[in-house]
Amino acid sequence: MIHSLFLVNASGDIFLEKHWKSVVSRSVCDYFFEAQERATEPENVPPVIPTPHHYLISVLRHRIYFVAVIQSEVPPLFVIEFLHRVVDTFQDYFGVCTEAAIKDNVVVVYELLEEMLDNGFPLATESNILKELIKPPTILRTMVNTITGSTNVGEQLPTGQLSVVPWRRTGVKYTNNEAYFDVVEEIDAIIDKSGSTITAEIQGVIDACVKLTGMPDLTLSFMNPRLLDDVSFHPCVRFKRWEAERILSFIPPDGNFRLLSYHVSSQNLVAIPVYVKHNITFREGSSQGRFDLTLGPKQTMGKAVESVLVSSQLPRGVLNANLNPSQGTYTFDPVTKMLSWDVGKINPQKLPSLKGTMSLQAGASKPDENPTINIQFKIQQMAISGLKVNRLDMYGEKYKPFKGIKYMTKAGKFQVRT
Amino acid sequence: MSTGALYNDQGGAETAVEAGTESAPTSSSTGAAFGLFSADFKKNEDLKEMLESNKESHKLEAMKRVVGLIAKGKNASELFPAVVKNVASKNIELKKLVYVYLVRYAEEQQDLALLSISTFQRALKDPNQFIRASALRVLSSIRVPIIVPIMMLAIKEAAADLSPYVRKTSAHAIQKLYSLDADQKEQLIEVIEKLLKDKSTLVAGSVVMAFEEVCPDRIDLIHKNYRKLCNLLVDVEEWGQVVIISMLTRYARTQFTSPWKEDAVFDENNEKAFYDSDSEEKKGQTESKPYIMDPDHRLLLRNTKPLLQSRNTAVVMSVAQLYWHLAPKHEVSIVTKSLVRLLRSHREVQYIVLQNIATMSIQRKGMFEPFMKSFYVRSTDATHIKTLKLEILTNLANEANISTILREFQTYVKSQDKAFAAATIQAIGRCATNISEVTDTCLNGLVLLLSNRDETVVAESVVVIKKLLQTQPTQHSEIIKHMAKLFDNITVPMARASILWLMGEYCERVPKIAPDVLRKMAKTFTTEEDIVKLQTVNLAAKLYLTNSKQTKLLTQYILNLGKYDQNYDIRDRTRFIRQLIVPNEKSGALNKYARRILLAPKPAPVLESAFKDRDRFQLGTLSHSLNIKATGYQELSDWPAVAPDQSVRNVEVIEPVKEWAPLVGKAKQPKSDDKFYSDEEEEKDEEESESSGSDDSSSSSSSSSSSSSEGLFYDFMLPCELHDTDSTSLLSLYLFINLLLCLSAQSQVTTPSFSPVKTYELLHHMSGKGLAAKYHFPRQPCLYQPNMVAVQVILTNCSDHSLEEIHIGDRSPASLNIHCFNTIERLEPEASVTVSMGIDFSDSTQAANFQLCTKTDQFSVSIQPAVGELLMPSSMTEEEFCKDQGKLLGMNETSATITMATANTSSLAINKQLLSVANVGVVSSSQNNIHRFAGRTVSSGALVLVSLELRESSTALLTINTEKSIMASMLLRDLKQALAMA
Repeated sequence: MIHSLFLVNASGDIFLEKHWKSVVSRSVCDYFFEAQERATEPENVPPVIPTPHHYLISVLRHRIYFVAVIQSEVPPLFVIEFLHRVVDTFQDYFGVCTEAAIKDNVVVVYELLEEMLDNGFPLATESNILKELIKPPTILRTMVNTITGSTNVGEQLPTGQLSVVPWRRTGVKYTNNEAYFDVVEEIDAIIDKSGSTITAEIQGVIDACVKLTGMPDLTLSFMNPRLLDDVSFHPCVRFKRWEAERILSFIPPDGNFRLLSYHVSSQNLVAIPVYVKHNITFREGSSQGRFDLTLGPKQTMGKAVESVLVSSQLPRGVLNANLNPSQGTYTFDPVTKMLSWDVGKINPQKLPSLKGTMSLQAGASKPDENPTINIQFKIQQMAISGLKVNRLDMYGEKYKPFKGIKYMTKAGKFQVRT
Repeated sequence: MSTGALYNDQGGAETAVEAGTESAPTSSSTGAAFGLFSADFKKNEDLKEMLESNKESHKLEAMKRVVGLIAKGKNASELFPAVVKNVASKNIELKKLVYVYLVRYAEEQQDLALLSISTFQRALKDPNQFIRASALRVLSSIRVPIIVPIMMLAIKEAAADLSPYVRKTSAHAIQKLYSLDADQKEQLIEVIEKLLKDKSTLVAGSVVMAFEEVCPDRIDLIHKNYRKLCNLLVDVEEWGQVVIISMLTRYARTQFTSPWKEDAVFDENNEKAFYDSDSEEKKGQTESKPYIMDPDHRLLLRNTKPLLQSRNTAVVMSVAQLYWHLAPKHEVSIVTKSLVRLLRSHREVQYIVLQNIATMSIQRKGMFEPFMKSFYVRSTDATHIKTLKLEILTNLANEANISTILREFQTYVKSQDKAFAAATIQAIGRCATNISEVTDTCLNGLVLLLSNRDETVVAESVVVIKKLLQTQPTQHSEIIKHMAKLFDNITVPMARASILWLMGEYCERVPKIAPDVLRKMAKTFTTEEDIVKLQTVNLAAKLYLTNSKQTKLLTQYILNLGKYDQNYDIRDRTRFIRQLIVPNEKSGALNKYARRILLAPKPAPVLESAFKDRDRFQLGTLSHSLNIKATGYQELSDWPAVAPDQSVRNVEVIEPVKEWAPLVGKAKQPKSDDKFYSDEEEEKDEEESESSGSDDSSSSSSSSSSSSSEGLFYDFMLPCELHDTDSTSLLSLYLFINLLLCLSAQSQVTTPSFSPVKTYELLHHMSGKGLAAKYHFPRQPCLYQPNMVAVQVILTNCSDHSLEEIHIGDRSPASLNIHCFNTIERLEPEASVTVSMGIDFSDSTQAANFQLCTKTDQFSVSIQPAVGELLMPSSMTEEEFCKDQGKLLGMNETSATITMATANTSSLAINKQLLSVANVGVVSSSQNNIHRFAGRTVSSGALVLVSLELRESSTALLTINTEKSIMASMLLRDLKQALAMA
């Protein structure tokens, strides 16, 4: 399956290579570099590239290309999904997945890659199992290791590998038993010029942080499970129970994991929590453009809209922008033409606005398209779909755990066309 | 720690050199290259020193640096001898790093690599399954052809290992060996066949992967395992699921008939009903229904459906393609939602999924139409994502939604991403040809775009308009005139060529303008692009034929220019045109047809999706994604007209099933649907008990050690209660987990003893009125209670009528603690069943008497264990052995000098003889003439230590140290006898 892996940084250098079968010369990446040159943006490099003897499948995360070399037919998603899993694992181990972090931990990276694939076929990708095999480097452990000479590598087969619940390790012990669930919903929307919604949908996830002793068996039920239209589960969730009773029943993995992601059926009307009043004009013949943007809350059920960030890719003809924000700060990058405005919290009494002029290249014709505006925001303590957890119960263990549930709504891909 | 930082410790000079290597390109001046070379040399010297030092920490540090070098792609092969010495290191991390090095360089240093082989061979026998597995992993990754036989042996052994993890590793090793030496194929297929029978979810994915790699055409190996694979699928790890699903897709296409017939009857309930019982299956066939889905086909569809909810995008995609290729047409749409969900994932995932949706949406618009808005383009999407979304939107366009789509397209045309805007124009063109209602609207819209400022947009519009006009035979001279006006401002060659072609083609509709355009072209001919020149020549020729009065001179001028053009295509075309339109004496034959040749009505181009022909590839594959047949792509066969024999998939129903499902004629019990682990296990258990039955009977007859060890694994699962309700299902899950854990713990203390199993008679069929019973000691830890001895009883019905309700009745002494087997409801004539029971003998050889009852009769039987069976092996080091032996002296020591048969003096023979008598473990010994064995009594756990000291001329001193002196003397007697026998 996966023959080799090359990590390529933004400037096009291969800084790590790993081969699971015989060695493939790194010159195979030349085909990749060619495609990279052709692409105008880093994102435009095609994920699958054929070469005379190999196929290159790549993903781009954190400005690093993970290029896998394939020799024969394999479902491309298989490789892509695996590469993303590798990135997630690195992030989990090192906190960040940057070139520097990988170079600093090259031995752990190698050990991880060695465990994750055998002969190019995934062997252990579950984070709980990997952590038993190779302990994540922490400052404390590094110090202890240098003094005592002990290692980061486990000697035993992780218990999870053999059990029916491979995601959970055995012998978990905590003094404080806690289970936290975060219901996070994202609104994807396209709003057109006149302010009417072209498309809007809600995608939600429930992320959990479970620190419970032993082998707890949890059930989570919702007040309104019918809202959930299309769900995908962590493997721990018993599917049949969900089908029959709409109850999530599971033995949780230890630590952080994504329990569930869901889609709220598009039949339901989606409440759009913010509105944008905009007036962006370019006049023919003059080298000036007007920029006027006001944000306001709408359908927020009394909750505050926070961490608002507005960004927009202005037309190529714009040389500079001279704007005046009523709150927050704005930046304009004259090279990428990216305007971003960090608004902060929206105060309904005093709506934030950004007004001013843009200077255009002299003599250039008026841009045909007005820019689209991307908005990010957060609303705490509310799930916009109205989803509510009814109760969380634990079976199989005697102690009383501390339980917590948090709701949050965020903007996903929220775009306003102007 | 970065290597750079490490070098700092070595002194400043090296840091400088290191910096030099970083910056110096490989093809630089010789001086730099020399410097680089010497630096490598020096650096490695220092690493070599560290590797050969006595300090573990130095070695580890050095290895870390070496791995750093490998990761950077630098050559570290000269260190091979120094590194390979550390292969047997005790430090696990060091060992692992050495493995990494070895796998990387073994191919280049084959002779030296051989030095490490013995270490792995030893590790393959290690009691720790993890070490066995990693030894096999590394051994099989060393690509040295000489060790192929060793690898083969190791794979075969590992395939029969107790630990499913080791068996999984062996499945991986199969592929490695195959790629190293394809001649081993036949033998490897045998191993694959064996591993395919494995019931462990851990093994399933890997062995199917091996199957796909080594022998994807041996479909016959799958038959018997088909149902098992379907049932296990949900519990297999996600990567295995992908592989199994794609293999099963291919399998199903060869084995089942097409569900896509027009008159097919799709009644889900009906099918379910006859799936549940085999007897009705035949009824179904005799009924005159036109198409009935094979129950196995349905099984596959049913068992893959829940996987659409997987978090792994590859799994979801593979289920989607399975439904696309196998499910009845009306069922395919259940995958839509899940595929649309994947669009929320990473960019690369979106790319692949959109490609597949594009192919699907050509054939089945209805599937994705309700989700049309999910394909709306966002300005932040990458260009290839945008074009794919556009493609899908175009495929989905119909009379009802076209106005919405066109409105959306209008926004896209204005996009700053000009490549995308051009693609949108093409899409508009396609919508216009496909949906006749909007053709005029589209055409008008495109004409408006002609005055766009951006050149690419205008050019693309011209090209599309040209195609549209061609499909529209109606009058459009206005548009053509408009384009002629724009002609001067358009510089993109393709657009200019298109306009010229239009002029020529429809020159009769624009009689005044066309010659004028030609006049302008004659002026600029020499500076035009080739493609424009060719069209100019064409235009000239066409005008000459229709309007020779005005254009004769112009045409001749252009033809003369063309005659001396640099490009030979243009010279060639000019010559051809001249001969065709200007007749001369020699070659006027075609002249009279010139008009018909040049001005023939041309068929309109069909504007088609680029994904039109992609459906020749299986969805979700690399080949589909690239639209090229990739190496190793397995063609999906067409449905067979007549289904091959479906009975090949029947697994022989071995009687033990009844132990768990006592009612005849009902294969499966009604189960509560709400637990998804438990019922998966139920099915597993049913199969497991089948296999253990067959394995054990084979082991008793052929005494193959491998199958009995496999049996051990499955037997662990037997006690899981099947008739469970909600609470016990969980219990059984825990039990199962615990058992597995206990198994893994167990396998670390047990050295597998490869001795033939002796079978004893319990009840002769003459005295048992047809019921015969035999028993043997499987020498496995008893599951029911740890202080019981496991006994397996094989019950055979030798009579001509079926026996009912076989169970265990009264026992004596009454206090005797027996774990009975479940009542066997019915045993057919000639059938046999293996059941497990546990007996607590309390460390005495006193017989356990009990009654074996059928519905009508009761037979008193007794099991008398040999003293050696009351033990279980215990693993200890020689040191521990001697220490424990020192504690058991005096009264606790029994010894005798014995005479041994000469054949028995080799250590192998001694082990064999001894292990056949007593279930003890071998303690590795440093002295050649002393053999040590250790065990514990099953019931009380008292230590039993046996040592055998060889003296000269085949005499030996046999010593047994244990608290149980009676057992000691009995054991001594048994051993003496066994060792004296040849």
